[in-house]
Amino acid sequence: MPRKVLLDSKKIDIILNRLACQLVENHKDFKNTVLIGLQPRGTFLIEKILEIFKKNYPSINIDSGILDFTFFRDDFRRSEKTLKASSTQINFSVENKNVVLIDDVLFTGRSIKAAMSSMDSYGRPNSIELLVLIDRRYKREIPIQANYCGAKIDTFKGDRVNVVWNENSDKNVIYIEN
Amino acid sequence: MDKLSVDHLLGIKYLKKSDINLIFKTAIHFKEVINRPIKKVPTLRDLTIANLFFENSTRTKISFELAQKRLGADVVNFSSSSSSVNKGESLTDTVNNILAMKVDMIVLRHPNPGSPLLLSSHTNSCIINAGDGAHEHPTQALLDCFSLTENLGDLKGKNILIVGDVLHSRVALSNIYALKLLGANIKLSCPVSLIPREIESLDVSIETDILKALKWCDAANVLRVQKERMEKSYFPNNREYSMLFGLDTNKINNIKKDILILHPGPINRGVEITSDIVESNNSIILDQVENGVAIRMAIIYLLASKMNFSIN
Repeated sequence: MPRKVLLDSKKIDIILNRLACQLVENHKDFKNTVLIGLQPRGTFLIEKILEIFKKNYPSINIDSGILDFTFFRDDFRRSEKTLKASSTQINFSVENKNVVLIDDVLFTGRSIKAAMSSMDSYGRPNSIELLVLIDRRYKREIPIQANYCGAKIDTFKGDRVNVVWNENSDKNVIYIEN
Repeated sequence: MDKLSVDHLLGIKYLKKSDINLIFKTAIHFKEVINRPIKKVPTLRDLTIANLFFENSTRTKISFELAQKRLGADVVNFSSSSSSVNKGESLTDTVNNILAMKVDMIVLRHPNPGSPLLLSSHTNSCIINAGDGAHEHPTQALLDCFSLTENLGDLKGKNILIVGDVLHSRVALSNIYALKLLGANIKLSCPVSLIPREIESLDVSIETDILKALKWCDAANVLRVQKERMEKSYFPNNREYSMLFGLDTNKINNIKKDILILHPGPINRGVEITSDIVESNNSIILDQVENGVAIRMAIIYLLASKMNFSIN
C-alpha cells in the first residue's frame, strides 16, 4: 500500500508542546482537571503529554487515567469479530471535574461518543473536552469536534492514518496509507 | 483467539483451554466494571434473557441476574413451582413458548443431567447451563478456577484438592474438567461411599486421609454434603463426617502450611467446614462470590457476541 508521511518527529514534537501549552492556558494549575487517555491508541499520546508536563511544568500535579469504552460501543454484534476490551485505570471520581479526553485520531466520532457515555460510570463531570493529535475532517458520522487539535487532514474513504510511537522519539511518525 | 469455540455453555467438557483463557481475560475487565461507582454497561440493551430455574438456587440465580442486569439486558425469571410445568408441560414446550415471546438467551438449572444439551438441540436459542443434576455446573467451575488463578497465578502443576460429597456434586465434575484443561493436579478426598465409580479415569487421585491430602495441596475446594440428593445414608452421621473430613482449625494447624480455602456455597457450618475456617485469612469464599458475577458477565458477553444483530 502506498504510504505518505504526514508529520515527522520534529513536527510531532512541536505539536505536542503546543497542545500542552493550550491545556495549561485553559486549565492553569489543573486542580479541578483530569486527563484521560482512551484505549487503545490514546494511551501513548497521554503518556507523551504527561512527559512534557513533567519536563516543562514540574510544579503542576495532574490526575490522569486510562479509559476503555468497549462495552459502550454501538457496534456490538454488528460484525463477526468479538469486541475485545482493554484495561481501564481510573482511581478517582470525575464528579464535578473538568475532564480532558485524549485520543490520537478523531475519525467518525463514534469512539468519542462511547467514551463520553462510559465516563458516566465515574460520576458527572463539570465539563468534557477532547484533545486529538489528528482530526480527519469531513469524516464525522456524529456531531463531535475536538477542543484541542494537533493537525487537521483531509482523507478519502478507505485511507488509514497511522500514528507510530517509537522508544526513540526521533522516529515518531504519522503517515497515511491508501 | 478472540471468540468462543462454542455457541452454548453446556458444560466445561465442551470447552477448550483457549475458551477458558478468553473468559478469564474478559472477566478481568468486567470485574473492573462491577467495582465502578456506576456498575452498569449498555452492551446487551437489545437482548432479553430468561432464567429458568427448575431447582432451588440463591447465589447462582442472583449472580446470573446481576450479571445480566449489569450488562444492560432485559431479564425474566421463571421458577418451576409457579409454572405450567406442574400441569404436565414438557421442558421443550415450556422453553419454546418462552422463546416465542422473543427471548434471546436461556439460563437453565434443571435436576435432570443433560437437559441443557437436549434444549440446545430442540430450540433455537443460546443455552447456558446453570447446573444440571449431579452432572455439570460450568459457571461455578470457571469462577472457582478464576479465583484460584487470581491467587496462585498459572494453575499448571498446582495441587488442588476437592474435599466432600463428590458423588452428588456437579461442581466437582466441572472443576475436574476445568482444572485438567488448565494443567492442575487434582486429588479427591471423601468417604469411600461418596466416590463416584470410574472417577479415576478422569486422571484424578483419591486420598481418604484428609491430613495427607491437605498437606499435599495448594488449595482445597470444600464441597457441601448434599443431604437432599441422598436417598440412603452414605456415612453414619454429621459428627463423624465432620471429625474425619470436615475442615477445622486443628486440621489446618496440623498441616503447618498456608492453603487457600474455597467453598461453592451454601455452607453447612460445622459439617464440612467450621466457621473459623470460613472466616480465616486463607478463605477466598467471598472472592468467589464477587468473581461469579464477573465470570457470568464474561460468558454472557462472549456468547452474545456470537449472535449477530439483525434489524429484522
